Amino acid sequence: MASENIHTFTDSNFESLVTGSSTPVLVDFWAEWCGPCRRLTPTVEALAKELIGKVTIGKLNVDENPVIPGKFSIRGIPTLLLFKEGRVVESVVGLVGKDDLRKLIERHIV
Amino acid sequence: MLRNVIIIGSGPAGLTAAIYAARANLKPLLVEGLEAGGQLMLTTLVENFPGFRDAVMGPDLMGEMRAQAERFGADLIQSEVTAVDFRHQPFTVQTSEGEHRARAVIVATGASARLLGLAAERKLMGHGVSTCATCDGLFFRDREIAVVGGGDSALEEAIYLTRFASKVTLVHRRNALRGSKIMQDKAFANPKIQFRWNSIVEDIRDVEKGTVTGLVTRDVVTGDRAELALDGVFVAIGHTPNTELFVGQLEMDAAGYIVTHDGMHTNIPGVFACGDVQDRVYRQAVTAAGSGCMAALDAEHFLDGLPEHLEATVTE
Repeated sequence: MASENIHTFTDSNFESLVTGSSTPVLVDFWAEWCGPCRRLTPTVEALAKELIGKVTIGKLNVDENPVIPGKFSIRGIPTLLLFKEGRVVESVVGLVGKDDLRKLIERHIV
Repeated sequence: MLRNVIIIGSGPAGLTAAIYAARANLKPLLVEGLEAGGQLMLTTLVENFPGFRDAVMGPDLMGEMRAQAERFGADLIQSEVTAVDFRHQPFTVQTSEGEHRARAVIVATGASARLLGLAAERKLMGHGVSTCATCDGLFFRDREIAVVGGGDSALEEAIYLTRFASKVTLVHRRNALRGSKIMQDKAFANPKIQFRWNSIVEDIRDVEKGTVTGLVTRDVVTGDRAELALDGVFVAIGHTPNTELFVGQLEMDAAGYIVTHDGMHTNIPGVFACGDVQDRVYRQAVTAAGSGCMAALDAEHFLDGLPEHLEATVTE
C-alpha cells in the first residue's frame, strides 16, 4: 500500500516523526474500510512526490493506532492535519482536490 | 485532442458507460471527480447487485468496474470538472488539469448526501457530525448518537452504527418510516435503536466547544423543543443531484435532476445523462449501471449519425 514517499505514522513514532519534526508534516488519518480514504490516497501520494523535501507526508491507520486520533479529537475520516513546529496549523475533514490541498500546504512552507 | 466522448463521473453509471464506449472503440475519456467511485464507496456490503450471491463490498465493486473500464481502453483521469460548454460542437470540458473537447458528453455526476443546512452542522462536520456511517462509526464506540432521517439509508446507517454505539436515536420528521419493510423490521427489532418521531433537528450543540454534545429537536406536531445529549449525529436525509455545473445549459426539473428523454438524451443533442443525476425514482447501483449502458449506446448512435466532416478524429 505505502508508496516510497509516504511515511507510516503510529501511536509510538508520532512524537518523534510528527510533533518533533522541523519540516511541516501532513498526516492522513485513514482506515482500510473507509471508501473516501481510499479515494484520497492517490492525491496524497501525488503531493508527497511533488513536494518532496518541503513537507513530510504520511498516513496514520486509526484502527491500529487509537491513541493519536483520540488526542487530536478525530471523529471522522479521512481527516488531514498539517503540523508545523509541533502544532496543528491546518485541518481538512473529508475529500479535497489536489490543487486545493497543495495551496493549503504551500501556505506553510517557506 | 478531440475526443469522441467524455464521461463525467465514476460511479456505476459513469464506469458502465466507459466500459460500453471503450468496447465500441470510442476511446472515451472519463473524468473521475472528487468523489471518485461514487456513493458505493461509502457503503460496506452490497447485497442486491446481481451476480454476487454472497454480497460484495461497495468499494471492491467499484474497483472492479474501474479496472474493467481500463482493461477495454478507457482513459481515466483523477481530476475534477470545473466548467463545461455545451453551446457549440465540439463540447468543452474544463478540468482542474486542463481543457478537453469532445463530440459527445455523458454526464454521470451522481448525487451527494443532502445536509440539514444548519450552520452548526457545517462547523461540526468531522467533529461529531457525519454523513458516512461506515467511515466514522468506529469513533463512537460505547457512545450515544443520533441518525437523522427515515428512509432506507437512514435505517441502514442506524443498524450499522449499533455495532459501535451504545444507543442510536433515529430522529424522523414523520410518524412512520419510509424505508423498506425488511429494513424497518430490522430497525424495530434492534434494542439499541430508539425513535424520536415527528421531530426535526433545529440545532446541533456545541460549536464553541468544537465538538458535538447534543441536539435540539422540535416536535412538528406539538411544537415542543427538546434537548438530546449525545456525541454524534449522522445525517441521512437523502441526496441532491450534482448538477451545479450544468445550470443554464441542461434542462433540469424543480429538484435539480437532469431531464432525460428517449433513452438518456438531454435537451442538447450529443449530451447524455445517466445514473442518479437524472434518476429521482430508483437510484440503485444496478439501475445506474443500466442507464450508463444506455447512455453509451445512445452516444455511439449519435456519433454514427454525425456528418463525415464532423466525425471524431480520435481513433488511436
